[in-house]
Amino acid sequence: MAAVGLENATAAARPQRPAIPFLPEVMLAALGIGAFFAFPNDLAFLARILITGLFVLSLSLVLGQAGIPTLGHSASMGTGAYAAGLFAIHVSQDPLAGLLAGGLAGGVIAVVTGALLLRTAHLTFVMLTIAVAQILYEIANQAAWLTGGDNGLSGISVDPILGVFGFDLYSRTSYLYALAVLMVSYFILRTIVDSPFGLTSRGIHSDPERMRALGCNTYRHLLIVFTIGGLFAGLAGALSAQVAQVVGLASLSFGTSGDALVMLIVGGSARLPGALVGTVVFMIVEHVAATVNPYHWLFIIGGLLIVTVLVLPGGLISVVDWVSARMPWRTFGRGARHG
Amino acid sequence: MADVLQLEGLCKNFGGLVVASDVTFGLAPGDRTALIGPNGAGKTTLVNLISGALHPSSGDITLDGRSLVRLSMPARVQAGVVRTFQLNRLFRDQTVGDNVRIAVLQQKRQSLRLWQSRADRIAVEAAVDHVLGALHLEAREGRLVRTLAYGEQRLLEIALALALEPRVLLLDEPAAGVPRGESGVIMDVIASLPPSLAVLLIEHDMDLVFRFARRIVVLASGAILTIGTPDEVAADDRVKQLYFGRDGHVSQSSQIS
Amino acid sequence: MNMLLSILVDGVSYGMILFIISIGLSITMGLMRVVNMAHGGFAMLGGFMAAAIMAWAGTRFEAALAAASVAVALISVPIERLLVRQVYGRHVLDQALLSIGLIYIIVAGANLLFGASITTLQIPHYLTGWVAIGNHTIPKYRLFVTVAGLIIVALLWVAIERTSFGVRIRAAVDNSAIAQTVGINTSQLYAIAFAVGAALAALGGIIGAQIMPMESTYALKYLVLMLAVVTVGGMGTVTGTFAAALLLGLANTAAIYLVPSMASVAFYIAMFLVLTLRPQGLFGRSL
Repeated sequence: MAAVGLENATAAARPQRPAIPFLPEVMLAALGIGAFFAFPNDLAFLARILITGLFVLSLSLVLGQAGIPTLGHSASMGTGAYAAGLFAIHVSQDPLAGLLAGGLAGGVIAVVTGALLLRTAHLTFVMLTIAVAQILYEIANQAAWLTGGDNGLSGISVDPILGVFGFDLYSRTSYLYALAVLMVSYFILRTIVDSPFGLTSRGIHSDPERMRALGCNTYRHLLIVFTIGGLFAGLAGALSAQVAQVVGLASLSFGTSGDALVMLIVGGSARLPGALVGTVVFMIVEHVAATVNPYHWLFIIGGLLIVTVLVLPGGLISVVDWVSARMPWRTFGRGARHG
Repeated sequence: MADVLQLEGLCKNFGGLVVASDVTFGLAPGDRTALIGPNGAGKTTLVNLISGALHPSSGDITLDGRSLVRLSMPARVQAGVVRTFQLNRLFRDQTVGDNVRIAVLQQKRQSLRLWQSRADRIAVEAAVDHVLGALHLEAREGRLVRTLAYGEQRLLEIALALALEPRVLLLDEPAAGVPRGESGVIMDVIASLPPSLAVLLIEHDMDLVFRFARRIVVLASGAILTIGTPDEVAADDRVKQLYFGRDGHVSQSSQIS
Repeated sequence: MNMLLSILVDGVSYGMILFIISIGLSITMGLMRVVNMAHGGFAMLGGFMAAAIMAWAGTRFEAALAAASVAVALISVPIERLLVRQVYGRHVLDQALLSIGLIYIIVAGANLLFGASITTLQIPHYLTGWVAIGNHTIPKYRLFVTVAGLIIVALLWVAIERTSFGVRIRAAVDNSAIAQTVGINTSQLYAIAFAVGAALAALGGIIGAQIMPMESTYALKYLVLMLAVVTVGGMGTVTGTFAAALLLGLANTAAIYLVPSMASVAFYIAMFLVLTLRPQGLFGRSL
């Protein structure tokens, strides 16, 4: 009886753990494959959404979970992109090895800069993250012999995935490849969010000083979060390098970091699915609005931001949650628990 | 029994302002010591010095003879010196269970784990249940902290500290802000703290102090005025004059804060 | 020698512009603890309004300068009351995002009204040309900007150190809760400080338009520059902001002359070095 009671307590403490394992990933796959058949002519654009989604997910871990206010997350993404591009050109055209190289590069740049930056806080930290990304941007710009500078790093080609699936003109392989990487990454990130590590991260997010009074080495913890975030941002960069076959300076730019932040906040930063919702909404609205007039797009995004901060701090995902809580079924992504 | 925590000539000044002056006393396992003194006497400063939020200008703090002054705040907590806060410092947007779970994970050194084995999870949940049970908060486990009544939040503040299984517990005004009628629960909880724990209670509520303490340290202007049993302190004219006001009326004038 | 003088003249005048534009941001950050990323929007608004006033009403530069600065101060009052006030005490990220949203709307609005190309602000004749100092000649305009910057520093210093308004400001910067309990109307103080900061930004935007040209993306383009000046200087300090503006202005200008390809990276490296060594900024108090 005692053992049963304990199990009940455990279940009660984790009310949002999905009954079916991999439920969020399965739903992600279903949506992704559905889009594959529904929009066969837009696969290149959809692949970009998936890659950006992975980048925003990595930011969700860093900023949404642990509350690290970075505005230089593109540093890891761009470094990962250049690393994967250079790896394909100079070392090996194996796509999975290239992904690994990109992820590692993103993680290394995060751990090196984070070790220095995370000693500071507030606006100083924000400004230093901007500075790091801008310095890397200028280095990539100046080192044209290596990176192609302004013209971008081109000539990247990769072998068929697992030696079987070659990249085709219609981006079918690219899209499914990006979808697969996103699904695996989502699973790993969701596991991290649900873990003791994730819970502790959220504790630091709400009150770092209190965590120190509970014996937590917050600096070490945040550095690990920052590094994992950098790793997945690097992965997103590597994916974009392989799929687009070119790496531009934009991957390191302030705008890339800023856009990702806007997507995350509009979608909702407290739970992982918010990152994906925000990315999809942002990129589709931008895609449509930009064809009309790029400046009108700024009215929309500016208004969205103000409205989100003032009246919808939980982002769009909180609307989804609100609706689904009033439906008889449970919805996508509830596994990404956040109290 | 030998003291676990020893304060030795502890001094702290901000510029010319002396907030702690030559404070020396010790805490032994099982001690129930209260720290009292008028507002501005330096009580919270002392808690900050012991917990590591402030660094002493001179003097030493030792735990089992090992100096703590060079240790960071987290390292002192890991060594067993834990404090609570006068104003609730809780994770308000998380559940009561998650609040305690965060502390339990620190105690078990599992806060960096990216996944948990089944056995580990069961052990953590058992510890969470145990702490919540000890503070009569079991029924609140799934509630968000910000929806709790204030008195329950004070209990949770103590729960977080107990989850760390401290050896020395610094309770900074545990009943602060709780209506008089409701402070009974908090008194009961403090009365049932583990017997081996060394407890230092900082408190304005004299009923609570005299019910709880076996020894009272009286602080005035950062220095120790006297140390004695509750009876000795209550009979001390200097204490009456300093602390209890002109009329010597104990529980009224001490309730100002 | 000539190059050194050029660096000095260009760097100092550039620093002065940075100072005039950023000082309002520094004050609001020190006083209200709010990060108003849209602060550059006031400079931009000032520039465009002055240009419009000169073009449509045919007034002189000086009149347009004064009218636009006052107008921007008035516009800033409802912005503080209705929007910025909502995020006092909120997380720095919420403040940043709200004000970034505001920037986007300002940029889109400016583009709608003034188009995407650069709007020129005609400076009066007596400010064009050169003055000779010894064997060297210096552009009159750069000299004018430098003198204007020095006058504003002096006025601000007197206002903050020598007037009762300044006493209240300093009290509120130190501790707004205590300031309130001793009877300082912080709400009114915030509104005034915000409006003065906005007017100074407008002033800086107008007189600096030859160096930082007026275009619809202005508020976004110079955002990082302004934030850098404020954080490097230490929030809420006039002297710190002034020193940081000069330092960053000189570093950037020197790099443009000496190693043109590294000009913008020199700026960021200077900022990086100061902030890693002194996270609270040059003149900020350590917390």
